[in-house]
Amino acid sequence: MEAIDSIDRALIVATQGGLPLVSRPYDALGETLGLPASEVQARMARLLETGVIRRMGAVPNHYALGYVANGMTVWDVDDAQIDALGEVVGQMACVTHCYKRPRHMPDWPYNLFAMVHGHDRAEVLAQAEQIAEQLGAAVRARDVLFSSKILKKTGLRLVG
Amino acid sequence: MTERQAPAVLSDLDRNIINALQGGFPLTDTPYADVAATLGISETELLERLKSMLDTRVLTRFGPMFQVERMGGRFVLAAMAVPEPRFETVNAQVNALPEVAHNYRRDHAFNMWFVLATETPGGIDAAIARIEAETELPVYPFPKLKEYFVEMKLKA
Repeated sequence: MEAIDSIDRALIVATQGGLPLVSRPYDALGETLGLPASEVQARMARLLETGVIRRMGAVPNHYALGYVANGMTVWDVDDAQIDALGEVVGQMACVTHCYKRPRHMPDWPYNLFAMVHGHDRAEVLAQAEQIAEQLGAAVRARDVLFSSKILKKTGLRLVG
Repeated sequence: MTERQAPAVLSDLDRNIINALQGGFPLTDTPYADVAATLGISETELLERLKSMLDTRVLTRFGPMFQVERMGGRFVLAAMAVPEPRFETVNAQVNALPEVAHNYRRDHAFNMWFVLATETPGGIDAAIARIEAETELPVYPFPKLKEYFVEMKLKA
């Protein structure tokens, strides 16, 4: 089954900049797309069900909220244990993203990535220590990469 | 180039709105009125606060967040080790590609980390090849092999 059809795609293009800030936003989208509001709502419900839409609501600028330090914590852990460890680290409150990624030897030995956000670098480093405690003896090498500048932030844009 | 934004001074109401609305926005006919009722404010007030927070960039967006993989597309994290004297030039070359959705400078030998987002899986390899040809530097792709958790919700 195709993940999305051409009407879904048009709906994504119409909403990727945001939902209309009017009393009846799905009616407004329906008018733009030539669809009844009920179809807009039904399609969005299906896109939420299938995960094409991860969630709907406010996307805060984390710098504006005071989360000015973001650290990509990276860990070299045993491949045989990584799934169990990744699930544990992913459940920690300070972790917003947690992935297994490939190593690039010899420059990059790390296979577990956990992103943490804090109000300053000390908070991020303390969170990295909490992760290290959870990982215990499985850690062979580790690092924290702080971001020092946002070079670009546009997100995915489909061309409508 | 995007400079860091200073933390905003948020009212209690704005904090409540952000904390309540990082997901679960309803698909009802009058969703703003329905959410406003649960927050104990009027629909007009909620719409005004959302507009204001978008204008001041406290919110980057209000609406659906998409997962490109579920549409058949791909997101791939990639890194480069850019010699410092060439950083600005390479940054401009990388940012010029529309496939580059985010790009961060990080304190490490791998000092440039960006996310490639494409509507088709093949678009990733093409974008990497183009960056390598233009910059004459290797690109290290870090595709996710497994996702353990993603929930970019931060308490306001």
